[in-house]
Amino acid sequence: MNILNFVHAFFSDSAHWHGYDGIPTRFWEHIGYSLEALAYSAVIGLPIGVLTGHYGRGGNALALIATAGRALPTFGLLVLLTILLGFSLVPVMVPLVVLAVPPILVTTYEALRSVDPSPVDAARGMGMSESRILFQVELPVALPLILSGLRSAAIQIVSTATIAAYVGLGGLGRYIIDGLYQRSYEKVVGGATLVAGLALATLAVFWAVGRFAVSPGVRRGA
Amino acid sequence: MIRIDSVTKRYPDGTVAVDRLSLEIPDRSITVLVGPSGCGKTTTLRMINRMVEPSEGSILLDGVDIQAQPVNTLRRSMGYVIQNAGLFQHRTIIDNIATVPRLLGWSKERSRARAAELMERVGLDSSLARRYPYQLSGGQQQRVGVARALAADPPVLLMDEPFSAVDPVVRKGLQDELLRIQEELGKTIVFVTHDIDEAIKLGTMVAVMRTGGKLAQFAPPAELLSAPADDFVEDFLGTDRGIRRLSFFPSGALKLESGPVVPVDADAKKLAARGSADVPYLLVTDLDGKPLGWGAPQDLTAGEIAVGQLLPYGRPFVHGKDSLRAALDGAVLSPTGWSVGVDGTGRVVGVVSQAVIAEAIRNAHAEGRTDDEAKAVR
Repeated sequence: MNILNFVHAFFSDSAHWHGYDGIPTRFWEHIGYSLEALAYSAVIGLPIGVLTGHYGRGGNALALIATAGRALPTFGLLVLLTILLGFSLVPVMVPLVVLAVPPILVTTYEALRSVDPSPVDAARGMGMSESRILFQVELPVALPLILSGLRSAAIQIVSTATIAAYVGLGGLGRYIIDGLYQRSYEKVVGGATLVAGLALATLAVFWAVGRFAVSPGVRRGA
Repeated sequence: MIRIDSVTKRYPDGTVAVDRLSLEIPDRSITVLVGPSGCGKTTTLRMINRMVEPSEGSILLDGVDIQAQPVNTLRRSMGYVIQNAGLFQHRTIIDNIATVPRLLGWSKERSRARAAELMERVGLDSSLARRYPYQLSGGQQQRVGVARALAADPPVLLMDEPFSAVDPVVRKGLQDELLRIQEELGKTIVFVTHDIDEAIKLGTMVAVMRTGGKLAQFAPPAELLSAPADDFVEDFLGTDRGIRRLSFFPSGALKLESGPVVPVDADAKKLAARGSADVPYLLVTDLDGKPLGWGAPQDLTAGEIAVGQLLPYGRPFVHGKDSLRAALDGAVLSPTGWSVGVDGTGRVVGVVSQAVIAEAIRNAHAEGRTDDEAKAVR
């Protein structure tokens, strides 16, 4: 039996489309975890990245935090926190956020740093306030890079959110973990396919956001 | 009037960028700050809109200290043009130009209408309004930069090496455009450049600064050329000081000769009559009166004038509008040693020899013709 057969078997079984363990339920659970983790990561990463980038200070500290964040093993953190805090969503969210903050932080910082200084100088010379300079001059130009940081964070979260199933929660990881236990490889492959599909869909969403939100004057070449 | 009163800018590391500089920048004219890199000219400019705060001294705008009003109010009352234009790449051209009116709280419609008006004023086609900066050439971008600075009709315009990054042909076009706009609008312009030729071309007054932020000389360009204050200024002015000074002498006083000018279809009698005088060459024009070239009278046969065989006539000067420099240039460019004077439409008014031009130069020196009238001929 090859992978395509597994995939076919998984998706054609109508039992997989209903109930609390059905694909729609798990799918939305997975999206829910991912969005929540992305939201926390963005709330932490974006303002810090934007401010440090705008003022051009703290780049070294950021690099240090980012490296440390990347060095933390996601799975180890999950297990440790579950032991400490018990079974809940928190032990899942923390490792996902730790995973996602570094790319957001570092690319946002870099995005702000790499904005051409001459329009900023012109804006200041024309009497724009610092906040206007940030929101009306720097951020629109930095947006493509900021979005790319969010995008890689989102994709990492989507692929890693499967760990929620390890601690008894739902999401698409359920199929992979349960399938491995039950030696039901069609379930494993089916779950993995769904996760991969969701990651691709995430890419598509970010592409669409970029088309919509980034000015055509900035987009060229990006 | 902007009065810079004994201003010093000292950085924390001890570097002195500007050293007790005092300048009175006259209203409704172009004052150029020029000097080698590190002379503090840009720092001086940036102190006028408080992009840099002076360590000592004060700057007065119409008698009031510029510190007296909020910094952004001050900046919005001064146009600011920088090298490479510094356009907002995410905004269309029209919205770039509308920036300051929008900051001042004008409605979007009014700001855009004003921006469209300015595009026309700086010579930008209205079809560019919806384009983005990357779709424009460097020269066009710089025009947008000037339009953006003029949008709220500020009395003062600060320009920091605005034309340094474009090629010489485009630069000349932008300079001419600035002089034309200035004639219409009469702004108080402070213009920073490292290019002494640009300073002499644009400046009503030129402040030459030397390394260390000291003023070397503050004078009208003609005076700079005729009487440099010291070796530094003389050196900075470079070679051809005398020739360049001729730019300030008008050509209107030159007496042109129309005798040695013949149309290409001249008959034998006319050729003989015109060639009889002690003129070594005749200038042949087309039927429209525009110059074709020089020929010796004995080489010209009526009805068979070979235009291709004629000697080049150099570059004609517009009589009364161009300077003696242009007239002399035309004369030394042609192997005949004669210069061709034309009217505004390019038709020949008459010709003049090097000897006559030389005499006019002597006369101009004698009269000290560096007054406003002379200024207008640049």
